[in-house]
Amino acid sequence: MDHLEFDIAHLLAGGLVLVSFMLLYQDRLFGLINIFTLHAVVLSLSVGWQAFAQDAPHLYVTAVIALVLKAMIIPVALHRMVQRLHIHRTLEIIGGIGPTMLAGIGLVALSMVVMLPATATADPLAREDLAFALSVVLLGLLMMVTRRNAIGQVVGFMSLENGLILAATGAKGMPLVVEISVAFSVLIAFIVIGIVLFRIRERFDTVDVHALDRSRGERQ
Amino acid sequence: MTIGWLDPTMVVLVVPAIAALVLALLPDYRQSARFNVLATIVTFGAALLLLGDRPAAGPYLFVDDLNIVFIVLTSFVGCTTSAFSASYIEHELATGRLTPLYLRFYHAMYQCLMFAMNLALLANNIGLMWVAIELATLTTVLMVGIYRTPEALEAAWKYFILGSVGIGLALFGTILVYMAARPVLGEGSDAMLWSALIGKASAFSPELLDVAFVFLMLGYGTKVGVVPVHAWLPDAHAEGPTPISAILSGLLLNVALYAVLRFKILMSANPATIAPGPLMVTLGLISVVFATLMLFGRRDIKRFFAYSSIEHMGIITFAFGIGGPLANFAGLLHMAMHSLTKSAIFFAVGQIVQVKGTQKIADIRGLTESHPLLGWGLVAGVVAIAGLPPFGIFLTEFLLVSSSFAAQPLPTIALAVGLLLGLSALVLRLTGLAFGRPHGARAKAHASFAPMFAHLGLVLLAGIHLPAQLVIWFQNVARLLG
Repeated sequence: MDHLEFDIAHLLAGGLVLVSFMLLYQDRLFGLINIFTLHAVVLSLSVGWQAFAQDAPHLYVTAVIALVLKAMIIPVALHRMVQRLHIHRTLEIIGGIGPTMLAGIGLVALSMVVMLPATATADPLAREDLAFALSVVLLGLLMMVTRRNAIGQVVGFMSLENGLILAATGAKGMPLVVEISVAFSVLIAFIVIGIVLFRIRERFDTVDVHALDRSRGERQ
Repeated sequence: MTIGWLDPTMVVLVVPAIAALVLALLPDYRQSARFNVLATIVTFGAALLLLGDRPAAGPYLFVDDLNIVFIVLTSFVGCTTSAFSASYIEHELATGRLTPLYLRFYHAMYQCLMFAMNLALLANNIGLMWVAIELATLTTVLMVGIYRTPEALEAAWKYFILGSVGIGLALFGTILVYMAARPVLGEGSDAMLWSALIGKASAFSPELLDVAFVFLMLGYGTKVGVVPVHAWLPDAHAEGPTPISAILSGLLLNVALYAVLRFKILMSANPATIAPGPLMVTLGLISVVFATLMLFGRRDIKRFFAYSSIEHMGIITFAFGIGGPLANFAGLLHMAMHSLTKSAIFFAVGQIVQVKGTQKIADIRGLTESHPLLGWGLVAGVVAIAGLPPFGIFLTEFLLVSSSFAAQPLPTIALAVGLLLGLSALVLRLTGLAFGRPHGARAKAHASFAPMFAHLGLVLLAGIHLPAQLVIWFQNVARLLG
């Protein structure tokens, strides 16, 4: 293993975790979308570097998908939607920023404690990548539970999914990575189309998921 | 023998895929309903052929003792449900809940879902299985939201978000399994093939497998509907079209559980890993107790039976968690019995909702008097699902409790308490629904009763006399599960 290769992979994966933290404390919709764009760019750089380091050209496809779909199409779509629906306001973060950040640090520590001993036999590149990927996944989950806003939850889910792609590319020689990333892209596209088509705002006058609870059959 | 185009394995996949395309293009809904039934009958026929000659495992698909049970069950319930749906869905058009265009979409999605479930069951590659389960999630999300009411959209959204997180976690688990297998089986697709994984599992890193199983259990468990991650299930059942509730409860939950079972076999093949049993027993028990308690307060009839599904998935998870030939046997049989019974109940519920025009339990009274066939069908279904003799579920629950009591007395007592709670909640509600003075609308039932009574007849038959061949079959599979 070349030392430089490892260092750069490490840097990019660590950068992804850092950007996940930035997402965690964003309380403006536009800010959230912009940081998510950064998240997607770092991911595609990281995947691209893995493609180079592992000499696996098919991973470049995954990197390009991440760049085009998640760093370009989706942020633009979300931007336009926020403007059209006039919902650019500050978002509530359940539990407040401070405790959320502390919980995030705890989750990163947890994923290191869980993954590093478990992958002691794997090669160091995959090992660190997996620990970082799990951190990104857990931070994405945390973001989803601390947001009530539908767009906030979707961005949380997309960052979670970025963590999964990072893990999949880190697992050297894993087949079907491209197919899986395509399948995930379809899923995400559906989510975004879902927000637009279902017109959650028009139906419920808000994109606050909490407001949806009121329309539920049993809470009359 | 490799898998060719005319092989039954391919037919089980190709027929639904082509049917989905054709149905997307067919404009007349009567024709498409009939075509839908025809396609599921062909699929079921091909699945039966698989019982006879079994192709060798390929790089993507394979058939073994475990998944053949599920394939036959899935295609059979898919077949009867499409027959029910054909007679049911016309009324939805008449009442204006669906437009012809949405109906076309509905039929296409129905076949798409059958394709996804068959693919998930047949997949030899754990990545392919994951993709298939994701596809199944997407199609059911679209089906749940098809009525486009605020409630339906909310249910679909919730299912979407929770389901996506679930399959996301499952993917992480899948990657970890690959990482564990790679040092032994080498890079590439061999390290993702069931047929290759099982033989070499004892050489995998046990720590990685441990972590992987936790993710897989929680991830696929979300789709199974085990309790901490079940929240989507009642809403999705209550707001979607009733044939889809039948498919969800009867089939999709099973498919997700099948995925968990596969990985459980992998875990048991490696003695150094933590035993997956206790985790499954705990999740199963929590599900049973929570769901039975929730049964008491329900006011919506479809939601009520959705909680009953959570209860039964909990029982099955518990059974496989206990393990051993007897408990596994009970779990497998219970799975089949629950599929048949719960879909029969949803067939009845769909008609009840149509004739009464409401899903509120309080507004449905005295069905045995106003609609005798429907009412007694529901009574038979609820008696069966509550685990009373002479139906098959009594047999499996009895077998489970008696066999697991020796191994794990305390959890078994908790399970028995949960079962009794469930029984009392079901009987309590049933008396209100089926007996007493009927009130409310008395419209005639439109849909066919045949699928419901066919299912209940099979469950009754299993309760009275289980054919020896079937017993041997299930015993073989139970042994495979360890």
